[in-house]
Amino acid sequence: MEKSRKLAIFLLLKVLRMATLLAAICFISFLLVKNSPIDPVQAYIGADMVNVGPEQREQIAEYWGLDEPIMLQFSHWAGALLSGDMGTSMVYREPVADIISVRFRHSIALMLAAWILSGIIGFALGAVAAMKKGTLADRIIQWYCYTLASTPTFWMGLLVLMVFSVWLGWFPIGLGVPAGVLTEDITFSERIQHLILPAVTLSIVGVGNVALHTRQKLIDVLGSEYVLFARARGEQGFVLFWRHGLRNIMVPALMLQFASFSELFGGAVLAEQVFSYPGLGQATVEAGIKGDVPLLLGLVLFSAVFVFAGNLIGDILHRLIDPRLREERL
Amino acid sequence: MAILEVENLSVSFKRYTRGFKQVKSNVISSLSVEVEEGEIMAIVGASGSGKSLLAQAILGILPRNAIVSGGIKYGGEVLTPPRQRALCGREIALVPQSVNSLDPLMRVGEQVRTSVKSGNAAAAQKEVFERYHLDANVEKMYPFQLSGGMARRVLISTAMVSGARVIIADEPTPGLDERSVAEALKHLREFADSRCAVLLITHDIESALKIADRIAVFYAGTTVEISPVENFRGNGEELWHPFSKALWRALPQNGFVPIPGSQPHPDDLPSGCLFAPRCGMASAECGEALPDMRKLRNGSVRCIHAT
Amino acid sequence: MSSLKNKRQRAILITVLAVVLLAGVVLLGFILDEEKIATHLDNRNSPPSLEHLFGTDWLGRDMFTRTMMGLSLSMGVGLAGALGSTMIAAFLGMIAATMGRAADAIVSWLIDLFLSVPHLVTLILISFSLGGGAKGIIVGIALTHWPSLSRVIRAEMMQIRSAEYVQVSRRMGRPGWWIAAKHIFPHILPQLLVGFLLMFPHAILHEAAVTFLGMGLSPHQPAIGIILSESMKYLSSGLWWLAFFPGLSLLFAVRLFDVIGGNLRLFTDPSKTHEE
Repeated sequence: MEKSRKLAIFLLLKVLRMATLLAAICFISFLLVKNSPIDPVQAYIGADMVNVGPEQREQIAEYWGLDEPIMLQFSHWAGALLSGDMGTSMVYREPVADIISVRFRHSIALMLAAWILSGIIGFALGAVAAMKKGTLADRIIQWYCYTLASTPTFWMGLLVLMVFSVWLGWFPIGLGVPAGVLTEDITFSERIQHLILPAVTLSIVGVGNVALHTRQKLIDVLGSEYVLFARARGEQGFVLFWRHGLRNIMVPALMLQFASFSELFGGAVLAEQVFSYPGLGQATVEAGIKGDVPLLLGLVLFSAVFVFAGNLIGDILHRLIDPRLREERL
Repeated sequence: MAILEVENLSVSFKRYTRGFKQVKSNVISSLSVEVEEGEIMAIVGASGSGKSLLAQAILGILPRNAIVSGGIKYGGEVLTPPRQRALCGREIALVPQSVNSLDPLMRVGEQVRTSVKSGNAAAAQKEVFERYHLDANVEKMYPFQLSGGMARRVLISTAMVSGARVIIADEPTPGLDERSVAEALKHLREFADSRCAVLLITHDIESALKIADRIAVFYAGTTVEISPVENFRGNGEELWHPFSKALWRALPQNGFVPIPGSQPHPDDLPSGCLFAPRCGMASAECGEALPDMRKLRNGSVRCIHAT
Repeated sequence: MSSLKNKRQRAILITVLAVVLLAGVVLLGFILDEEKIATHLDNRNSPPSLEHLFGTDWLGRDMFTRTMMGLSLSMGVGLAGALGSTMIAAFLGMIAATMGRAADAIVSWLIDLFLSVPHLVTLILISFSLGGGAKGIIVGIALTHWPSLSRVIRAEMMQIRSAEYVQVSRRMGRPGWWIAAKHIFPHILPQLLVGFLLMFPHAILHEAAVTFLGMGLSPHQPAIGIILSESMKYLSSGLWWLAFFPGLSLLFAVRLFDVIGGNLRLFTDPSKTHEE
């Protein structure tokens, strides 16, 4: 009883804090995009610039409410947002919510694949490096991870593209949805084919951080008094890792993995750009370059919710797994 | 016959002082001690004088950067690193100093059961918990749910169920109430009496006097005197080393006479006898070299002036 | 080498080498002849050779020169951004530690605010707001990289404030600025320096990333992000060197900064004295 009440209070506080943060993000982002010298009307008109006269421009501005004072514009936008309307994209001329939900389905497949792959491989590499601290294996893993941490994601994407598409010819070079084909008509296997290279790129780059953190955590655990005592009782190698190491790094590793949603999203933006993968990241870049204000605002908010969801899941798992939080003190 | 012998053991560390200079820190120097079958040997010295590292050296779990010299024998045979790995936890068990030695995320019953090396682990754990007055529900608890005294008894349990012939007990009693201390010491005594041996490392000379057979006085990383427990009486007339005498007289019931000065830092040990700078009997000769341990009547002592 | 007895002396040597290399890149960025990146239609698309270490592009521009100029430009932008971020971190860290609980709570809320949107999205947003260009990137980097350093500064300040010698100074009636200058600043300075250096590689990587996405430096500037984004068009025609060497150089530069920052931290961290 007591426990579930504590958890409920904890969740409530978290959500309240998130609400204040989201409200602030809405307001600040709105001011920021309104401050931009990039003309939103131009973004709406796009290539038809030449055919649009000044009167028409004014009409368009009026239609979008761009001639009103900023605070009024904000209250319109925020009011609509609260009723669930994120507005209409100026470039795609579709509701922002629809675009985000379609794009998210593409991106989540990519991010999930990379998240799981880099999580498992990184954890394994970090654990091996820590257990073999100071050996050649440890030094190689560390060198590799530090180098990966310094590698630009998009450059890694270009390398992967060069090797697998240009040299080996395993994948087509233009990896996006082929022109003229509706998103719904793409088969599952085609989807997987489009997913592999960006997922590989994100995993390769993501492994570095996971491994370095796991290594450091496990080294701390291995230096603890309880591991010293376990060694005094004759435990060593894999048994020691299994009984005490894994148990004690599992929770921080999971927390870290869920806290990495922010970097994952950033990585996806770059990987999607390199592989022209039609996900959220590509939409963000497009919205930024073309000045699609409603879409850009929607994506900023969505990315914040995404990051928050990751942190929240991590916190809840922590409370469920760690006996020091799960069980009562006697 | 000696089950466990430590001969001329030295342990040192390299450490940076400021900038790029490395100094050698001598935590244990030329220490010799042995434990006979059926005996409790107590090593008594001030806190922070490197006693715990002796336990770690015997078990082969010193930090990687430790530099070790000298020899350790178990059952008359040299305790090489592979033998240490094979024997520790089976033949030689540790009762550690810190209650943080229990894995915070493992139920304590399981921690005791994994210490059982042969036979029915569950039965052994239940029996030892009963013996130490730990309730049946304690085995399902995590260390954070235990009181300090309970954690201490769980730690002693891990050694008792292991089936070891030698127990190295590193400060096993702090935090226990008087009755539990007496009980824990009684169990160590019983353990030693069943043809096994105990190396008791402690700063608590009074507890040591109650159950030990012999006492090794530890100072600045080495033993200065090893004497049977009966020599510790009266005014310390039967103790041979000036430090032992001073230590004895510093006890509240023996006059509470403080020893002037403080123990030398392991980075900066005196060249000769380690106690010389604080010793009233010190002569020029004492500063020349660390004296060897030599037999004197029923014990041994590391002092050129002792007679 | 017998003169390099321990890890620390090796670390010093490596740090000095890294600094020299990076200084060399900056110097090259300034002294290399602009003429080399002019259009040379007679020498287009040539693979790496002794004359053109990184090859030439479709306009016959020397890729080595473009890369070095791009790197020193990236470092300049990274320097400005990281400096700004360090100042924000120092300011907010000190406020959180000294101005009471309310200030502490506000700073911690601000940290959460800046961590709740992915950095790259924030960078795109700020860049958009300022209409792109170097200004957008520098402001963006300055505004996104401070949170972890400000936490370090806050913790350090808390520790110093409660330290005995500061308490004694205070009771001796020393003025606040005297205590700050004499006791607090000398302790914070190394932390700031190390934090700044460790921020640098991230700043450079983010600059290159945003520029690559087309939201950063202008296409007319010789930035690494521009070079790599242009190279994408030529990947399928097999001009691998257009992407490979500039990216590798960026990787090296970032790694060198990381090494410098990491080594300096080693020297300022007292808990590392036990390593061999």
